Amino acid sequence: MSEATANKIPVTVLTGYLGAGKTTLLNRILSENHGKKYAVIVNEFGEIGIDNDLIIGADEEVFEMNNGCVCCTVRGDLVRILDGLMKRKGKFDAIIVETTGLADPAPVAQTFFVDEDVQAHARLDAVVTVADAKWLSDRLKDAPEAKNQIAFADVIVLNKIDLVSKAELAEVEARIRAINPYAKLHKTERAQVKLSDVLERGAFDLDRILEIEPEFLNADDGHDHHDHDHGHHHHHDHGHGGLKHYHDEDMHSMSLRTDKALDASTFMPWLQDLMAKEGGKILRSKGILSFSGDDDRYVFQGVHMMLEGDHQRPWKDGEKRESRLVFIGRDLPEQLIRDGFERCIPA
Amino acid sequence: MMSDFNPLQEQESIVSVTDRVLPVAIGASVTSVHFLGDKAAFVGAEEKVTLVDPAGAMSPVEVAFGGILCSTSDGKRIVMGCDDGKVVVLDRDGTVSTFATDAKRRWIDSVALHPDGAVAWSAGKTAFVQAPKGEVKFFEVPSTVGGLAFAPKGLRLAIAHYNGVTLWFPNMAGNAEVLEWAGSHLGVTFSPDNKFLVTAMHEPALHGWRLVDGKHMRMTGYPARVRSISWSAGGKGLATSGADTVIIWPFASKDGPMGKEPAMLAPLKAKVTMVACHPKQDILAAGYSDGTILMVRMTDGAEILVRANKGQPVSALAWNAKGTLLAFADQDGDAGLLEL
Repeated sequence: MSEATANKIPVTVLTGYLGAGKTTLLNRILSENHGKKYAVIVNEFGEIGIDNDLIIGADEEVFEMNNGCVCCTVRGDLVRILDGLMKRKGKFDAIIVETTGLADPAPVAQTFFVDEDVQAHARLDAVVTVADAKWLSDRLKDAPEAKNQIAFADVIVLNKIDLVSKAELAEVEARIRAINPYAKLHKTERAQVKLSDVLERGAFDLDRILEIEPEFLNADDGHDHHDHDHGHHHHHDHGHGGLKHYHDEDMHSMSLRTDKALDASTFMPWLQDLMAKEGGKILRSKGILSFSGDDDRYVFQGVHMMLEGDHQRPWKDGEKRESRLVFIGRDLPEQLIRDGFERCIPA
Repeated sequence: MMSDFNPLQEQESIVSVTDRVLPVAIGASVTSVHFLGDKAAFVGAEEKVTLVDPAGAMSPVEVAFGGILCSTSDGKRIVMGCDDGKVVVLDRDGTVSTFATDAKRRWIDSVALHPDGAVAWSAGKTAFVQAPKGEVKFFEVPSTVGGLAFAPKGLRLAIAHYNGVTLWFPNMAGNAEVLEWAGSHLGVTFSPDNKFLVTAMHEPALHGWRLVDGKHMRMTGYPARVRSISWSAGGKGLATSGADTVIIWPFASKDGPMGKEPAMLAPLKAKVTMVACHPKQDILAAGYSDGTILMVRMTDGAEILVRANKGQPVSALAWNAKGTLLAFADQDGDAGLLEL
């Protein structure tokens, strides 16, 4: 973690449907003996039993930025609350933002991309989604916000597994993986997950994109290696670990990979143009890139149209110089993305 | 003759009054400063207000148990909104009293003071007003209140929120006018002549309305969000932070800044964080993100150095009512008083 990042207050976003176990997890985080103090931003202020000194009620007020981009929405209440909380810096070590079951995580995440004051003091650590093993499959069928929360997650806590059969658990897991094969998935009873698995994840830290590689890489390994050569269209619904293969009708992920160095002068304009035109459909994006004539790894990540990227570090000796990209989104224009990517690979 | 041997250097060196500043160590983050008579009152981010007399004698006053989110003053008292749901008043003699407590203990996000003594505050989407000897009245707007301001005449409150400002007459039932403009409005001010209303937005811009006909005035081009605004003596100009120069919008004509360029004074390689216009003369004080403080003559841009570029961003700046004292502080509580 860079020094500038280390000095910023980490913010964990806790999403999930009502009854999935968000409050249970929150209370565990607050009560466990970790010596850390949390400021908690909740939506149903005063209505749920949370024992903490710093609890702030939020209103989940989303507004559009006046920049002509309709998907560029931010949480105005968060801007205000984080601003106020920064006056009490030193009274807490981290912030947890709990959202309602109906909330879209994108405006929360985008608040950290677009607001300079928020950016100066706080950093988004991870989006943690708590899901109810018994009901998630149903919600994924009838509730778009449930899909959003799974698609957006860096960490998924699949809770209440004691209430479902093995077959049901396999089914819900396969449905989650059909949407988001890249998130860390933890199966729990009573939200009993190691706190280190949900806190201090650095999921939005460009410097730590490396650390999430295993999930990133292994997700659909074996199917992905050749997909840009063969033009497979449905690589993303191939599960792994013996899971059933599901294809979610509208929310899914796709990955791109090449071991040929990309041409930065073609790739960057293509990526920016893609995000400007299709960013409304792309919930999350991440990539590790190898450019020709550049000995540094370049990393990027994005939330809808907002992208940030940087040279991360030199490629190591013996390290495979490979470019890998991941997109998670709704109705992804997969062929368009694959074709565009192909054109960035020098012949 | 030797004295003007190096004229260039002399031109570049700036008149400095740094040696006349009385340093004050508050010892904790300061978010605003007001004058109660000739005592400077440094409002901390938490718990305390520190009163400092012109000789530098300090007396800290406990005003809150937690964070102090906002404050305003009319020179006789300071009204503060706190994160435990309390509206607290600090009087000139140092007495602290709780003026109101939010029933749900929500954050008090903004406060305003009327010249007649009425106090306004907001929690969430609700704005409250209490006139002296009157009862508490409240008005709910569609989204969280971003800022409050009393009109200079009559009991009229401007309530800034998402997508505009509501103008509410607390003494008239159901009579509120809405001035619309898309976006999040985080601060609001009336021009001293009551002709214009200006908001500071979440995006780096101000928006204004001419009150007589609701005509829009867009004031854009800032690299950063405008957090500090101050009307010049007589209300001829509106000085603002948010750029690497002080931006002053002209409001002397009936059209305000419409179709006009703002004046840009005192450029530095740092961002202006605070501005405070002198109450009587065309002079302003500007504080910067690198800790610099300058006094600037608005007519010709002449500068006087009050504090060199050391320390944290300037977070508080104020003149006393007579314009004889300037108080300042930075985010670390490094403060000072300058007597003119």
